Amino acid sequence: MKKRSGRNGFIFLCAAPAVILFTVFMIIPTINVFRMSLFKRSAYSTTEDFVGLENFTRLMSDANFIRSMQNTILLIVVVTIVTFAFALVFAAILTREKIKGQNFFRIIFYIPNILSVVVISAIFSAIYDTNNGTLNSLLSLFSGETVAILWKGENMVMPSLIIAMVWQAIGYYMVMYMASMASIPQSLYESAGLDGAGRITQFFQITLPLIWTNIRTTLTFFIISTINMAFLFVKAMTSGGPNGASEVALSYMYKQAYTNSSYGYGMAIGALVFIFSFGLSALVNAVTKREPLEF
Amino acid sequence: MEQTKKSSAERLYKAFIYVALITLAITILIPVAWVFMASIKENSEFYGNPWAMPAGFYFQNFIDAWGKARMGEYMMNSVMVTALALLILLVVALPAAYVLSRFEFKGRKFLNAAFMGGLFINVNYIVVPIFLMLVDGDKFLKGIFEKGFLLNNVFVLAVVYAATALPFTIYLLSGYFSTLAHDYEEAAYIDGAGYGTTMVKIIFPMAQPSIITVILFNFLSFWNEYIIAMTLLSDPKGGKTLPVGLMQLTQAQQSAAQYGQLYAGLVLVMLPTLILYICVQKKLTQGMTLGGLKG
Repeated sequence: MKKRSGRNGFIFLCAAPAVILFTVFMIIPTINVFRMSLFKRSAYSTTEDFVGLENFTRLMSDANFIRSMQNTILLIVVVTIVTFAFALVFAAILTREKIKGQNFFRIIFYIPNILSVVVISAIFSAIYDTNNGTLNSLLSLFSGETVAILWKGENMVMPSLIIAMVWQAIGYYMVMYMASMASIPQSLYESAGLDGAGRITQFFQITLPLIWTNIRTTLTFFIISTINMAFLFVKAMTSGGPNGASEVALSYMYKQAYTNSSYGYGMAIGALVFIFSFGLSALVNAVTKREPLEF
Repeated sequence: MEQTKKSSAERLYKAFIYVALITLAITILIPVAWVFMASIKENSEFYGNPWAMPAGFYFQNFIDAWGKARMGEYMMNSVMVTALALLILLVVALPAAYVLSRFEFKGRKFLNAAFMGGLFINVNYIVVPIFLMLVDGDKFLKGIFEKGFLLNNVFVLAVVYAATALPFTIYLLSGYFSTLAHDYEEAAYIDGAGYGTTMVKIIFPMAQPSIITVILFNFLSFWNEYIIAMTLLSDPKGGKTLPVGLMQLTQAQQSAAQYGQLYAGLVLVMLPTLILYICVQKKLTQGMTLGGLKG
């Protein structure tokens, strides 16, 4: 009996700090996002007025919000497709072929992932700079005339963001897929080769199906993380500008909450994006469902 | 005839692979190397050809960044926040992960599910409610002590970092703990060791590899984080972390071009993570297959 109570006390002591921290700084704030979205709260006043779904109905006719959602969706679609295509192909090459300096490439490709988004944004801002930027000077060098493209101007800002985000993400996913592709038995490829299947056929018929479970999981997480990374990049690189051309959902939320001090309105955006990201993940999860294959 | 045709196609394919890999490696290496090069250039050198080598080693940039731009002070803040957050995280997460993965008790399933769910909550959604909670807390404290101390406090920032890293850390550690045989504890109990002693002296030392992985991943995310840091350390004259200070420097640079200082600041933010990466790159790329996901 004595030992029994000691055991429960021990479990309690071990679990309680984590549960308290987790509840105070994650559960309660998450509940608050949804609760506050139904209220109006401004600046530094603690009074909140219940307004029901008014924040949401206002959002539906807010052109800036709609634009920020369009940008978010554009980033999710393009960044995901480009990153996954590159990461899968490069991972397949690096695991399948006998490449000299394989380790060297792996080390290099992972570097962007360890850099702060602020650093990456500063680097790309320098590259995209209209007058002294490396990209324009490189283009001038090749074309023979002075190129002065506004990479962060209204027309080019989204492609510029996409490039920076893909640059950041490729390495991480590549290293991850390399690990799962390395576990596919060599004999499968050998027998496929004897049957006359080329590299591309092997990639689509063997490699992809066998790591499909891994691709599915990472895809779901990538979508959630892209919504989030888009915010980090926009905040550090463009602040949503010029004229809101690069505003994304979460950066608009942040702007509403801090610059505009409409916390309730901001949280309505947060709640909506939250639901949106879960819905999208569930959808992707359902669409990509396949019978799992065994080696 | 057939044979030579095939091998030349083969060679072409190999060459193509190398070109693709090297191109990708270059697009990653050049920008990073370029920052290091630019950090030792004099300000006047930035108006010429961006590809020119630095004329000399202009160390003044680093002195200015460290002193005038207060990067030295921010660096100390970053070191403190990161170290504190890691310490709190380990002290809280290790025992929690241990009991959650190895003890049967009422509510265990629920707690495990709750922490798993926490993996899907991104900090950027909940940064506003956390901020408002601290604002309200400060107001409350002002009533008692005439002074609030929750905002602009590096310790509170460290606690928030640790709390929001709990789901991922507990998930990773539990995964490891649950693979260990129960014989270890039984043997220790027979020898008369209590629960606490067994956990600290027997189990934690065995978990060293995954503890190192946890430290690595969280070091990178704490060191590079800037949204929470920017929000919770909002006093314009007060302390900041390195990425937030760097972002300020980037924005200031647009009006008064202090390129040298900016690049020196970039180097200061990048260098610790790069050095760490070079030392432990094997661990990091192996560890991620064990973690498998990232927010």
